[in-house]
Amino acid sequence: MSKKDATILLIGYGNPGRLDDGLGPALAGVVESLVLPAVTVDADYQLTVEDAQAVAAHDIVVFADADSTGEAPFSFRPIEPQAGINFSTHSIEPRQVLGLAHALFGGRTRGFILGIRGYDFDDFGESLSPRARVNLAAAIRFVEQFLREGDFERDDWDTDHSSGEVLATSMR
Amino acid sequence: MVAATERMQRIVIEPVTRVEGHGKVTILLDERKQVRQARLHVVEFRGFERFIQGRPFWEVPVLVQRLCGICPVSHHLAAAKAMDRIVGGENLTPTAEKMRRLMHYGQFFQSHALHFFHLCSPDLLFGFDADVAIRNVIGVAAKFPNLAVQGVMMRKYGQEIIKATAGKKIHGTGAIPGGINKNLSIAERDGFLKDIEQMVQWSREAVKIAKDYTVTNLKKVAPFGSFDSNHLSLIRQDGAMDLYHGNLRAIDPLGKKIFDQVDYQKYTDYIAEEVRSWSYMKFPFIKSLGPEKGWYRVGPLARVNTADFIDTPEAEAARKEFMAVTDNKPNNLTMAYHWSRMIELLHSIEKIEALLHDKDLQGTDLVTKGQRRDEAVGLIEAPRGTLFHHYRVNDKDQVVMANLIVSTTNNNEPMNRAVEKVAKDHLSGVTITEGLLNHIEVAIRAYDPCLSCATHALGQMPLTVELVDHEGKLLDTKSKG
Repeated sequence: MSKKDATILLIGYGNPGRLDDGLGPALAGVVESLVLPAVTVDADYQLTVEDAQAVAAHDIVVFADADSTGEAPFSFRPIEPQAGINFSTHSIEPRQVLGLAHALFGGRTRGFILGIRGYDFDDFGESLSPRARVNLAAAIRFVEQFLREGDFERDDWDTDHSSGEVLATSMR
Repeated sequence: MVAATERMQRIVIEPVTRVEGHGKVTILLDERKQVRQARLHVVEFRGFERFIQGRPFWEVPVLVQRLCGICPVSHHLAAAKAMDRIVGGENLTPTAEKMRRLMHYGQFFQSHALHFFHLCSPDLLFGFDADVAIRNVIGVAAKFPNLAVQGVMMRKYGQEIIKATAGKKIHGTGAIPGGINKNLSIAERDGFLKDIEQMVQWSREAVKIAKDYTVTNLKKVAPFGSFDSNHLSLIRQDGAMDLYHGNLRAIDPLGKKIFDQVDYQKYTDYIAEEVRSWSYMKFPFIKSLGPEKGWYRVGPLARVNTADFIDTPEAEAARKEFMAVTDNKPNNLTMAYHWSRMIELLHSIEKIEALLHDKDLQGTDLVTKGQRRDEAVGLIEAPRGTLFHHYRVNDKDQVVMANLIVSTTNNNEPMNRAVEKVAKDHLSGVTITEGLLNHIEVAIRAYDPCLSCATHALGQMPLTVELVDHEGKLLDTKSKG
């Protein structure tokens, strides 16, 4: 599947009032302002079950979230639907949204997760830390290129953080 | 670590899954390896007062949504109700009050539907002891595909109502001091009316599932994590359930009124909070009874117990059936939270339907104001229970004090008691079995707690279980997730 055929949903999620937890919505805000063709952008505090229906209606979904432990500046990897044994809270994880999209709504959506490294999560505040801002800028450059030109059929996506870093570097 | 003088063993379970946020359960054993006490530790939000101090009061209804991504609408409305009083605009225009109520019932509808269909139904449909590989929403989807889809669609319906009344999901700005910033368009109204009958029908069916489960399994669920308690909620002046506004009523386990029709602006005369060294979360209690006897339940069970009636016909009929099980005395069964929650689900959609047919929602008189005040309390019944917001502002319109008692804090003592009851009934030896873990989760989940207004970044811990002896030595660790 090539970009020209694909409909894409990008969901940035997190709490902008909890410092670097707002990285996902911050990225979503920038991407929305780019008005990319065939790209729908959403932002929320967390993922929820009804996101599954929207995901199922798209070919590609990118979940953008702050990452408290991953590689800097960000990681990017494909995800597989999860059967849901760890369905845990009023908010759910990207793989579980994808699982519900497939199981309940017959979607065949391919999923990717963009984890942007953040550092400060334990207080209230509506600003990103300086290092998180740097990581956000790198993630925006990458995701814009991915959304404009992405080759979604490639099968050599690695699933560890380091490969995401390599990819990010190579596309800057 | 438990003090050596207590000479107890400690079993730690963290975090609790399928409830909101992260919690940790510690079961304290005595020297005979019997359960002495259970403690539910909660990572409560901290620093909010500092965050909000100095901010202009009119920003508060938006800022408080940052407290919790799960129930931002409840914080939004509680803060707005307080700020109504700051601007002297507590007597809202009909359009403003009805738009807020529509927003609020939308929040109840989506929250209760999600909890029931996607968090609690696996326990009810497959049983507490079923294999976790099937006791989850995907298991429900496989065996009862219609139910799983219903849960999603009901949740979505409520969220769309919130979006139409509050605005964007992350920056909801609908309620402003003294009113609301938009009405409901005819097109929006008609969009909701198109699906309303389906939502009502699914809500009826949800009540039936919860009722049938409770009645059929009464012998099993009656003792499960159950105990007598006081109950607290808002109540309308005529005694009807009112989720948006009213006065405070508290009743004892037999239904006798402890206080009634108390103006919540004076809540500090009636409610106090106890601090315990081992928990970030305070323990509220009714002052006149003291901390030992004055703790209470809030939420769906408490609201159905305190109400004299419900002012929508189908929910009222369901309430009567519910109360008949306990001969019209308060129901003190922890697992009855699920049934009462579905009664409120039905009530919410009945209210939504009535509001959608009310032309005041298309009114244009949106804001009012009056005599300025410098201190105010906003109270609302959130899906999880009574939510208190208390603020002071200075003459520069800056917030100088904020005190919040969130729903889950009000249920702090009951949740601890529920866990302790389950641990006493189901712990065998000094090993945390999968069965015990499941039972503890089921008991806590009944309260639908929001255990943390924490962040939800990637990299959070899976479920971890630790077994620690009385000297602090780690005996065993288990993880899942």
